[in-house]
Amino acid sequence: MSLITRNVFRTLVQGSQHVSKGLHTTAVNADKNVCFAPLSISTLQASKEGRIKCTLIPGDGVGPELVYSVQEVFKAANIPVDFESFFFSEVNPTLSAPLEDVVNSIAKNKICIKGILATPDFSHTGELQTLNMKLRNALDLYANVVHVKSLPNVNCRHKDVDCIIIREQTEGEYSALEHESVPGVVECLKIITAAKSERIAKFAFDYAVKMGRKKVTAVHKANIMKLGDGLFLRSCEEIGKLYPRIQFEKMIVDNCTMQMVSNPNQFDVMVTPNLYGNIVDNLASGLVGGAGVVAGASYSAECAVFEQGARHIFSGAVGKNIANPTAMLLCSANLLAHVNLHSYSKMIKGAINKVLSDGKVRTKDLGGQSTTKDFTNAIIHCLT
Amino acid sequence: MALRLLSKARVVPELRNVAFASSAAAPAELSDFDMQHKTPVIRKQQLIPKAQYGGRHAVTMLPGGGIGPECMGYVREIFKYIGAPVDFEVVDIDPTVDNDDDVQYAITTIKRNGVGLKGNIETKSEAAYVTSRNVALRNELDMYAYVLNCKSFAGVPTRHKDIDIQIIRQNTEGEYAMLEHESVRGVIESMKVVTASNSERVARFAFEFAKKNGRKKVTTVHKANIMKLSDGLFLETSRRLAKEYPDIEHNDMIIDNCCMQLVAKPHQFDVMLMTNLYGSIVSNVVCGILGGAGLLSGRNYGDHYAVFEPGTRNTGTAIAGKNIANPIAMINASIDMLEHLGHHFHADLLRRAVNKTVNVDRILTPDVGGSSSSSEVVDSIIDNIETVAKNEIPIVLA
Repeated sequence: MSLITRNVFRTLVQGSQHVSKGLHTTAVNADKNVCFAPLSISTLQASKEGRIKCTLIPGDGVGPELVYSVQEVFKAANIPVDFESFFFSEVNPTLSAPLEDVVNSIAKNKICIKGILATPDFSHTGELQTLNMKLRNALDLYANVVHVKSLPNVNCRHKDVDCIIIREQTEGEYSALEHESVPGVVECLKIITAAKSERIAKFAFDYAVKMGRKKVTAVHKANIMKLGDGLFLRSCEEIGKLYPRIQFEKMIVDNCTMQMVSNPNQFDVMVTPNLYGNIVDNLASGLVGGAGVVAGASYSAECAVFEQGARHIFSGAVGKNIANPTAMLLCSANLLAHVNLHSYSKMIKGAINKVLSDGKVRTKDLGGQSTTKDFTNAIIHCLT
Repeated sequence: MALRLLSKARVVPELRNVAFASSAAAPAELSDFDMQHKTPVIRKQQLIPKAQYGGRHAVTMLPGGGIGPECMGYVREIFKYIGAPVDFEVVDIDPTVDNDDDVQYAITTIKRNGVGLKGNIETKSEAAYVTSRNVALRNELDMYAYVLNCKSFAGVPTRHKDIDIQIIRQNTEGEYAMLEHESVRGVIESMKVVTASNSERVARFAFEFAKKNGRKKVTTVHKANIMKLSDGLFLETSRRLAKEYPDIEHNDMIIDNCCMQLVAKPHQFDVMLMTNLYGSIVSNVVCGILGGAGLLSGRNYGDHYAVFEPGTRNTGTAIAGKNIANPIAMINASIDMLEHLGHHFHADLLRRAVNKTVNVDRILTPDVGGSSSSSEVVDSIIDNIETVAKNEIPIVLA
């Protein structure tokens, strides 16, 4: 009997949660919050000659310049990847391709390489979701992975940093549920669900298994947000039990950021809710050389979108030919590994390592004077 | 009764501590009564998010013993070549150890990943309390249905041609309930457990399978003339379910007659449904008819998990490391796995390549009348992948 009561109660609660979400989300988002991904076929799109199709979103700021660098390298290495390019931008809505087209293309190709999309601090239309969030929600790109790794000859305070930060990016603080209940009082809802928390925890542990890692750290603030972050933490603990050979530990986000800047080598794989992940990603990127050298990727069950780890459009550098394409090139190498083109992936990674170790060609952010184009050419020279 | 429990406690004093090592949720203190019923027929499974990320699947790989590791090596080589979007998590199980840690870990990984590819696992320990690893795995994951796809290979010389039988076997109970005891000294009782719920599940699975795959007939194999209650229940259940599927013909056959019919006139069979032990016997008979242990692949299905393995569950320790083991069975198992995961493009490519190697080029290992080594077969398959990818070579049907 108690079981029945509990279940009935649960259904009611879930039902009400669902309804409340529908009420709060803005109208535009309500009909677009569909997952296109499961509808498509599951093999990676490979045409007859064994070429692979990949969606390309150059993005805003220096994005197009970096993407151009990737295309140059792919052309030089004769890599069998064809790009399907979309201009996609929130700050330039008139020229931007419709969301549906981009989503359908990614769902079809399964892979995408994406520059950074600029997100304005205010909304003209009252729309609360950014374009980035809409894209993620439409494709259900729930897991963001940033592999923070020290690169050779990039001088930083810490040596040999090597950690993987995994971030839930479809709920939490980014649910776009904000309203002004009384003038002067704004409520911003942070949504944590057991299903999504378990999903990201499982992703993190599975990723750790795949990469042969030993430890997963859950980053949280459950001492303050006892229910929300508490649920996230409990889900992680629960899933962690399925991985007896991987150590699980938890850390409060404030302590985590301190530990990160003082002793980053203690971290292995980190799993975080949305906002903390964003902060920790950027912090960790700063530790190894900044936004220009850290690659990341977002995963749904079906698709993978490769993008920079720290998302800065670097608008000050647009057209100056000084942005560092390392991060984008690393992204492209990861993309090639994802579609089983391991030899090409190794070739690009090897070239990046060689150029950086030689240290002759450096962009401005790494203390050199070389241009983006010089760097790209140096990489192309080192392709073997 | 008291005497029995007492003697049991004396014979295997460790039993109390370890018997539950293979059980999912073992309470701390258990009575003998609990212990006797230690294998609940249907286990409750915890739902875990699926392991599919960016289109790639994580799959547990249990190489097992004997020829398992080398065959898995071939599968990985081929998967790498065709670029199958699968990441293997390899779990090695030490056959000599007397505890179940590795097996438990393997079971956990399959629960996480949902899908496994496995060789045959050796259970070297003969201690009564160490259960067969293979049986433990199936019971623990509640994989109640086993499907063996028995289809003739045109390139393999056999007495009967064009055989196409699907064997569906109850996989978790029956004679494999692992409930045996010595009631009086010199008298052993082994329990065969048949339950209505499990019989119904597997029968429904068989009829659904027949319907989905356009099969015409389901034959229930039993020995209900002797075991009137247990096999009677199994037969009764399948007859009852047959009424729900009027399009599919249903008949039944006694196991001994069935074996005779199989070797004499195998073409009369379409889908066969049977309990655990009969399934084991019949699948080996059919494998023998079709060319031995090295060709066919079997699939274990539960409500939540699926494990793919070579069809005859032989370890092949004698031929391990000699480069003569037939890799086709394991490769077929991996094709089944790719199809289960929905990677039809890669599955189809690989199936056509295997078909070309076996039926057209006739590059075969000695066990099926060829003279090539295992690695030559694998190399031929890899070469053929490119050929079949370029030209649409249809599958040669028998």
